[in-house]
Amino acid sequence: MVWRVLLTVVVVIGSAFGAFYAWAWNSEIPPTNAPATLFDPGIVAKGAQLAAVGNCGICHTQAGAKPYAGGFPVQTPFGTIYGTNITPDPDTGIGSWSETAFRRALHEGVDRTGNHLYPAFPYDHFTHATDSDIGALYAFLMTREPVAKANRAPAVPFPLNVRLFAAGWKLLFLHKGQIPPDASKSAEWNRGAYLAESLGHCGACHTPRNVLGGEKRDGQFAGGQSEGWLAPALNAASPAPVSWTAEQVYAYLRNGFAKQHGLAAGPMQPVVRNLKKASDADLRAIATYVASFAGLQNDADREQETQKALDFARSRDSKVPMPPSGAITTSTRADAKPGRTNNDSAAPSGAVIFVGACASCHHSGGELPVSRPIELGLSTPVNAPDPAALLRIVLDGIHPSSGERGPIMPGFSRALTDPQITALVSHVRSQFSRQPAWPNIAAALTKVRQNKEPATEAP
Amino acid sequence: MTVLNVNGQQHRIDVDPRTPLLYVLRNELKLNAAKFGCGLGQCGACTVLVDHEPVFSCILPISVLEGRYIRTVEGLGSEGRPGPVQSAFIEEQAAQCGYCIPGMMMRAQGLLEHNASPSDAQIRDAMAPNLCRCGTQMRILRAVRRAAKAMMADAGTIQETAK
Repeated sequence: MVWRVLLTVVVVIGSAFGAFYAWAWNSEIPPTNAPATLFDPGIVAKGAQLAAVGNCGICHTQAGAKPYAGGFPVQTPFGTIYGTNITPDPDTGIGSWSETAFRRALHEGVDRTGNHLYPAFPYDHFTHATDSDIGALYAFLMTREPVAKANRAPAVPFPLNVRLFAAGWKLLFLHKGQIPPDASKSAEWNRGAYLAESLGHCGACHTPRNVLGGEKRDGQFAGGQSEGWLAPALNAASPAPVSWTAEQVYAYLRNGFAKQHGLAAGPMQPVVRNLKKASDADLRAIATYVASFAGLQNDADREQETQKALDFARSRDSKVPMPPSGAITTSTRADAKPGRTNNDSAAPSGAVIFVGACASCHHSGGELPVSRPIELGLSTPVNAPDPAALLRIVLDGIHPSSGERGPIMPGFSRALTDPQITALVSHVRSQFSRQPAWPNIAAALTKVRQNKEPATEAP
Repeated sequence: MTVLNVNGQQHRIDVDPRTPLLYVLRNELKLNAAKFGCGLGQCGACTVLVDHEPVFSCILPISVLEGRYIRTVEGLGSEGRPGPVQSAFIEEQAAQCGYCIPGMMMRAQGLLEHNASPSDAQIRDAMAPNLCRCGTQMRILRAVRRAAKAMMADAGTIQETAK
């Protein structure tokens, strides 16, 4: 009897695994030689715009190396996966892939030879892309410069390095098929939904993930993490004091800057750089879609809230004492010690540090030669639920991509000590945000200091 | 009263603790090597070393500097006895108008104290925050390479003598 039960269990498990394996098994798609067809330049141009929307270039390009030749380290909680070579090099790139193989990779997360791909390649989004868009992307990639550069093996620990695990992941989180249009919404909104949910894969960073790394379906755009940065919520939970409008999202995506929100930093900076090649119409559509998730949709409410946020930000800004202008205050002056901390305390207060280190740029009423920082009261990192993003900016500053123009802020990681940065960030929060104080800035700082930016190391 | 250690000397400074270091160096201590360029931490003309790290002195209030070790070009050597970085900048004639050079020298000094033989890429990366409007960057890069060699040679000589 016991044997029969055991045998049954073994057979059931065995057949289940067999069925799973059969389901998970994918055949190799035979290699093609260099594509026989000459691609239509119009299709290639469309593919270029879609590649910009999809930001393919970021994960498939290593810093300082040739575009699309792979090597960028994508850091996930499960290990580091290196973007692959997607140039048309036949040996190391995808030169031997037919369009069918390329489409299968995007729709099903399977490479040409039949291996399951890790979901660091966001095929849970790309699966929604239309065949014709994928064809255009294929035409674009197949007309890039072929680069011979071997792919780097993923640094993923056992048992996750067994690729069949990715098949199990797909069973849970890969929902194939087109996105059904919403007839109650405008054509522009529907276009935006398609782009944002498929190639744009906004949710890959801006939607929280569960323990298995799948996007939480009930938490769309509720905010996530990317490369140690906060990817802020884009829905009603957004920490931005001003509720985003489509116009503001468009300005942010087009120029990397929205007047009432600030600039794209961290991993969003290269996204905006890539989007330069996306069409205006597509960016406006994405903006329309994304802004439809924002907390306030009624113009009157939004204007009222915006005015409140602006008034608060400006009132707090004007309370910041100005640094001494020009000549130094000396002991002979009667008003020599206006900002002095009590009892000559060894640890200067955050307010004192702010005036000496930050106020020369971050005060209201002054125009900088190149750009004017937004009121800190409107800043998303200053109003965020945790201080990680603000700490990251204070430590590393803001720098335009190499060779590009853009706003700049020096980092203070070496100039200020940890207690000084903690005091400064605590002051900035209490001075410029209506949100409650962050409870443990010092611990967050230690964590941010440990979590360095991905190094541009050579393989 | 703020006590600052500049080039190994203690200074008791009675100015507003919010005052950026640059103004104190130039106006109070008459150490005029560090320059005011932009006042926003964007050009590097004011660069000095604090605890061996290059920092922008125009945006660093003196209140955060108590107990820390500040160095300026005046601490690298004198006109009669220039230090290796200063000598290298003179020999390569790295200065044209010269305004950025004190900051460049301090940033180079900071780099070479952390990395005795930096690669060209590391030198470019380290020097990137400091701007030169004249266009002598190639000579500045040569000067940094020369300074690295000179400092290595000096270290070798010291080791030889110690034997």
